[in-house]
Amino acid sequence: MTKSIIFVALLFLSLRAAVAAPPKDTCITCHAALGGDLAKPASQFEVDVHHQAGLSCADCHGGDPSDDSMNAMSHAKGFRGAPKKNQIPEFCARCHSDAAYMHRFNPQMRVDQLSEYLTSVHGKRLKQGDTKVAACVDCHGVHNILAVSDTRAPVYPTNVASTCARCHADPAYMKGFDIPTNQFALYEKSVHAQTLAGGDTSAPTCSTCHGNHGATPPGVSSVANVCGTCHVMNEQLFEKSPHQAAFAKMGLPGCVQCHSNHEIVRPTDAWVGTGPQSVCTTCHTPGDKGYGAAQAMLADLTHLDSSLTRAAEVLNVAERAGMEVSGPKVELAGAHEDLVKARVDVHTFDAAAVGKLTDSGVEIAAKSYQAGVAALRERDYRRKGLGLALIAIVLAIGGLYLKIRQMESGDSIGHRGDVERKAREV
Amino acid sequence: MATLYRKTLNWLDERFGAGSVEEFLRHKTVPVTRHILWYYLGGMTLFLFIIQVLTGILLLLYYRPTPNDAFESVQFIMTQVRFGWLIRSVHSWSANLMIFTAFLHMFSVYFLKAYRKPRELTWISGMLLFFIVLGFGFSGYLLPWNTLAFFATKVGTEMAGSVPGIGKWLLVFLRGGQEVTGATLTRFFGFHIAVLPGLATLLLAIHLFLVQKLGMSVPPSVERAVAEGRTSLRNMPFFPNFLLRDMIGWYAALGVLGGLAAIFPWELGTKADAFAAAPAGIRPEWYFLFMFQTLKYLPARILFLEGELAGILGISVAAVVWIMVPFLDRRIGFGRLTRVFSGLGVFVIGYIIVLSALALR
Repeated sequence: MTKSIIFVALLFLSLRAAVAAPPKDTCITCHAALGGDLAKPASQFEVDVHHQAGLSCADCHGGDPSDDSMNAMSHAKGFRGAPKKNQIPEFCARCHSDAAYMHRFNPQMRVDQLSEYLTSVHGKRLKQGDTKVAACVDCHGVHNILAVSDTRAPVYPTNVASTCARCHADPAYMKGFDIPTNQFALYEKSVHAQTLAGGDTSAPTCSTCHGNHGATPPGVSSVANVCGTCHVMNEQLFEKSPHQAAFAKMGLPGCVQCHSNHEIVRPTDAWVGTGPQSVCTTCHTPGDKGYGAAQAMLADLTHLDSSLTRAAEVLNVAERAGMEVSGPKVELAGAHEDLVKARVDVHTFDAAAVGKLTDSGVEIAAKSYQAGVAALRERDYRRKGLGLALIAIVLAIGGLYLKIRQMESGDSIGHRGDVERKAREV
Repeated sequence: MATLYRKTLNWLDERFGAGSVEEFLRHKTVPVTRHILWYYLGGMTLFLFIIQVLTGILLLLYYRPTPNDAFESVQFIMTQVRFGWLIRSVHSWSANLMIFTAFLHMFSVYFLKAYRKPRELTWISGMLLFFIVLGFGFSGYLLPWNTLAFFATKVGTEMAGSVPGIGKWLLVFLRGGQEVTGATLTRFFGFHIAVLPGLATLLLAIHLFLVQKLGMSVPPSVERAVAEGRTSLRNMPFFPNFLLRDMIGWYAALGVLGGLAAIFPWELGTKADAFAAAPAGIRPEWYFLFMFQTLKYLPARILFLEGELAGILGISVAAVVWIMVPFLDRRIGFGRLTRVFSGLGVFVIGYIIVLSALALR
């Protein structure tokens, strides 16, 4: 009987072990034991997004992971080995271009990476036999590929620029390509990089303007389209402005003519006008229509900006004094919106249109300023009132004190402080 | 002047019984001891309560208790109504000063052992009044419907929701639903201007009646000194001697309130937005900080209870013990001090100050 119980228990345990054991993967077992470079794929694959999704080495490289012998890597068992550089895009695309297969993992996953890549400068040059250009693994990694949403991934928005810079900022590596290598240094100074570093992952990085898999420099004629993807209003106004035709005629590249391409810093009002920082004077000279418009626009913007500052200062003083000025502050925020709109309207290069918006803002700012002045006047009035009230209160307290003294020290009440006697009398 | 006063007293005597008013005024005396300063705190709290009632009535003329109008109506009071800023600021400052003087009054009564026989009910009615005053503060804080008040009420009612057994019911009862909404605002308004004033008036009447009936308590140390013949007990007539001194304090309080209202008007903040993220460092009013901080320090679980639940239970038990002190402090007798309860009082004050300071860091 005892033997039967032991037998049944052992049978149960062995079945349980068979069910729970992970599938055999001799690729990992052997490579981990090999050490050196050959062990790296095994150790790195642990964090790889493909491993997380349940894929194994054999899903990419073929072979038979259940075979303990070297036959596991025989062509007879479908072993494909490591692809050559020029084979990598198609190697990855076996799965990544297969919509039916990819949807098993993520229904929203794009499957056009290969077709996009083939339109890119990288893809075209690779096809021509240039193996220095980037293929999938150069940006995503090889056996340690992380999801794009993983903050550690080299293609996570905040990491993209430094990933591109690994090649594009290396003069030695880029020798022979005849393109600059200072893009990353310039980009790092830009408002885009600063915004991205501030945690706004919607801010543009290299791939936002150049594309990721289809990376290519935008041509002169398509620059406005690239910038207009985000800066819609600015692009529309520019397209309708007299500059559009003039720039096209002169072969100037739209937005970047004034704003630069990689080093896009926050513009100031001084860019308009005719001062030393003006970009208008690059083309316009005294006496021409554009020169006058630039001067007028700068004057209007400066007037509104200083009106806003003046009103905000007085309202802040009033607020710090505890005055309720939230209403005027909300109105002033509206005037600030007028300034923002006017700065966008600069792209019409129409001084009258800009002036209309700044006039509206100046009017609101003046009202807010007056509200602030009135609040400060009210503060002074309150303090004077307080002073008078305190005088009255002090007099009343003095009167009460004298009354108590008179009551408690006069002949009619008894000597001062002897309230006990009076209490007994009562 | 004296004739008018006499005539008035006679007129009142004819209607309330022979000499009853004068009797009332004559018989009330206040012991003159080195502790006399503490005797002014009850009157000061009452004075600030009256200020609250008067300014509250004036605010009611313009305040509208709906989520759409509440903030704007207070803003209107602060900016458009003549002296509205003064009324609203005095109401807010006076509320805080009243709670502060109520705290001081409670602890002075505690340390002078004024709760001892036969004044147990005076202590209990005073404690209930104190809780009502805290209720006034909690309900009134939400009424301007600004961001801080909205989220502080959310946190406060969540704490009430942790009360064992009735927590869920209490949360829905206070909020008028699962969330802090317009229903909460109208409810709090109702509590603030009808329910709590009604209860406060009743309890105040009982409290004042008991004070009048039992007279002012003499501190045990003075009582013992008098009994041992080391000193004689001196008394001061309440009217007019003590009342005139009271009035000096009230005038000074008026000056302080006016100064605070003019120099530091009570701010309004921004209108509450239920969909906005809670501002960082949200915390309740200063008088609830020690409880708030206590709950923050508690671990997630204490024995078999959730930390917050255990905290609420602990605070509730402490409050009941505090109310029952006149019955627990049995060793106290004529002229004798019980050091254990004095020590407990010192610990409670220290605990409140330290925890509140930590919460304000």
